[in-house]
Amino acid sequence: MDVVKLVALGLITLIAAYASDQGLDIAFRVHGFIVLVVAAGLFIHVLRRVDEPKTAIVATDYNDGPVRAGVIATAFWGIAGLAVGVLIAFQLAFPALNFDWAQPYGNFGRLRPLHTSAVIFAFGGNALIASSIYIVQRTSRTRLFGGGLVWFVFWGYQLFIVLAATGYLLGATQSKEYAEPEWYVDIWLTLVWVAYLVIFLGTIINRKERHIYVANWFFLAFIVTVAMLHIVNNLAVPVSIWGSKSVQLFSGVQDAMTQWWYGHNAVGFFLTAGFLGMMYYYVPKQANRPVYSYKLSIVHFWALIFLYIWAGPHHLHYTALPDWASTLGMVFSIILWMPSWAGMMNGLMTLNGAWDKIRTDPIIRFLVASLAFYGMSTFEGPMMSIRAVNSLSHYTDWTVGHVHSGALGWNGMIIFAMIYFLTPRLWNRGAMYSTAAMNWHFWLAMIGIVLYAASMWVSGIMEGLMWREVDDQGFLVNSFADTVSAKFPMYVVRGLGGVLYLGGACIMVWNMWKTIRGHAIVHQPISQMTVPAE
Amino acid sequence: MALIDKHAILERSPTLLLTFSLTVVTIGGIVEIAPLFWLENTIEKVEGMRPYSPLELAGRDIYIREGCYVCHSQMIRPMRDEVERYGHYSLAAESMYDHPFQWGSKRTGPDLARVGGRYSDDWHLVHLIDPQSVVPESIMPSYAFLMDASLDGERIGDLMATHRIVGVPYSDDQIENARLDFKLQADPDEDWDPMVERYPGAVVGNFDGQPGITEMDALIAYLQMMGTLVDFSTFVPDDSR
Repeated sequence: MDVVKLVALGLITLIAAYASDQGLDIAFRVHGFIVLVVAAGLFIHVLRRVDEPKTAIVATDYNDGPVRAGVIATAFWGIAGLAVGVLIAFQLAFPALNFDWAQPYGNFGRLRPLHTSAVIFAFGGNALIASSIYIVQRTSRTRLFGGGLVWFVFWGYQLFIVLAATGYLLGATQSKEYAEPEWYVDIWLTLVWVAYLVIFLGTIINRKERHIYVANWFFLAFIVTVAMLHIVNNLAVPVSIWGSKSVQLFSGVQDAMTQWWYGHNAVGFFLTAGFLGMMYYYVPKQANRPVYSYKLSIVHFWALIFLYIWAGPHHLHYTALPDWASTLGMVFSIILWMPSWAGMMNGLMTLNGAWDKIRTDPIIRFLVASLAFYGMSTFEGPMMSIRAVNSLSHYTDWTVGHVHSGALGWNGMIIFAMIYFLTPRLWNRGAMYSTAAMNWHFWLAMIGIVLYAASMWVSGIMEGLMWREVDDQGFLVNSFADTVSAKFPMYVVRGLGGVLYLGGACIMVWNMWKTIRGHAIVHQPISQMTVPAE
Repeated sequence: MALIDKHAILERSPTLLLTFSLTVVTIGGIVEIAPLFWLENTIEKVEGMRPYSPLELAGRDIYIREGCYVCHSQMIRPMRDEVERYGHYSLAAESMYDHPFQWGSKRTGPDLARVGGRYSDDWHLVHLIDPQSVVPESIMPSYAFLMDASLDGERIGDLMATHRIVGVPYSDDQIENARLDFKLQADPDEDWDPMVERYPGAVVGNFDGQPGITEMDALIAYLQMMGTLVDFSTFVPDDSR
């Protein structure tokens, strides 16, 4: 076994060495070098342990090492992604922040994909992977399937993030929003994702519970759908296998439709279905109440995953996409409002009899705020997908505000709740180090979101109206440049909102640090644990 | 309710749950995407569309690399103000050789679908080096570094051949002369007629005003052809679309 590993790692090291020297572009050479360092390091690591006796440890407890690593990675990438977000927010207010000395790497056009990928895939993705492997073990009452494979998933995913991020900075992008990484990074992510599916599905198959818990339906749907979306939207032909550049298989209108089928379901499955899986565990656990309605969860699960897939064309109203497609997108987007709110209601009503905890339990407060923002954005989204509304909102900051009320409100707040829920449990501490710090975090984040969303509503609706304003002679009133300068105050307010949100997250990291640096971890076999609530 | 009770079957079988979920999520995509490949009125029949010239194609890759699509759309919607501001609404045919499409989703800067020929080469040059010097309100970053990045067009033929694999109708003649055409388009002193014959409407010029070909030349060549190809005097809108 070690020999196979050594040969494989050795081969990868050699190929990476060639790529780092002979690659056709800077991104490919740097990536070759990164892979070279990783593969060579692993080679030495394996080689040094060849002679060590293999002790067969039959682990009987939950495999929480990767969850601990995932929680730390979530916090790390969260700070990184939010910090880049704050920088690019201020770049739009003060273009001098596109520093001359940092060109071309520090320009808005290269940093914006870095921000979106960092928050969605690094911050959100790590939270999803950590949560799903924590939850699937508890709700199946069995150890994670696949032994060490989970570490391949964890570190493979971090490598994907590093390759994607450095790629954007160095100019390797296929320009498809939220699917910017080039072909070889896409292939790598596919491998990691399949391994993720294997450990998740294997754990469910090994479960000691008769029924698969509702959270796991959502995680499973999220994993398979993201695999499908990722593969179809990234079909491309590389120009050379020694270069990062590839050419997309589809073009123009078909490519646009495929991209927004993918793009909207990055929201629908990555940021919604997966996060609903988190919601269906953390809300009932923290409130210590059963899920409000089992029937509602069945109906809204199937309705949500069926309907979401159709919603993509609402990103393409009034474009060269044929009307029939954009009409379908609009109709399904509006219907989608119902299963979305069914999920929100099922979460909120779970708190029946525990509403008083909002005053005393900061985690419940994060969860309720998260569900409230989920409800708000899933109302705003269908509204914006109506053609008449979209004709005003499309291309404006309103869309940016909508995305952030979902991302900062729904996704961000539930991730913070997840971190506060898991940290004391994973490191065997009674509670978070400071409850006051959690409250500070909550209010900073709330004020930050309000500043962000409000400024983007004002800015987006204002620029939409200014673009279309004509005088009584029928001439356009505003030049494009007029609308840019009119948005300046809103851009500053938005940036400040981001600073507050980032500040709250920094307080969280300090709180995590203080909590984790407490005392030692105790392992306990599953059989001796109290039965987990479901 | 009886049907709901049947759900327990799915809840006990990971395989069934996986299969059902996957089936349910594929339907929407199949219905919305697949017909676009065979419905004939998806892409209008127009006069004048041609694949990108080698220099334009290189410029387009710089446009993609720098993330221009993050702030600029290339899709004019058929509304009074947009047609007034940017020109004729965009047709599907105009992006049929765009692998990938560049319609964009946000207008932090203006739409660029028909920016070709609107400004002089010199304006573009000054604007890309220092945007605020020509548009004081602009929040666009400087792209002065493109002046220093020289291009030799060594692999432009490979790039075009890859575009041919995915369906762009480059002829053998065009691919054989790729590197020659690449140089001709940025050198007004040479005999560039054969290049324009292969790529009708291509704009020739020493765009960056300095000897040799740089990324600046390529980007401006791309910008100057955008939205100029279709002959709208022969275009008849199709009501069934």
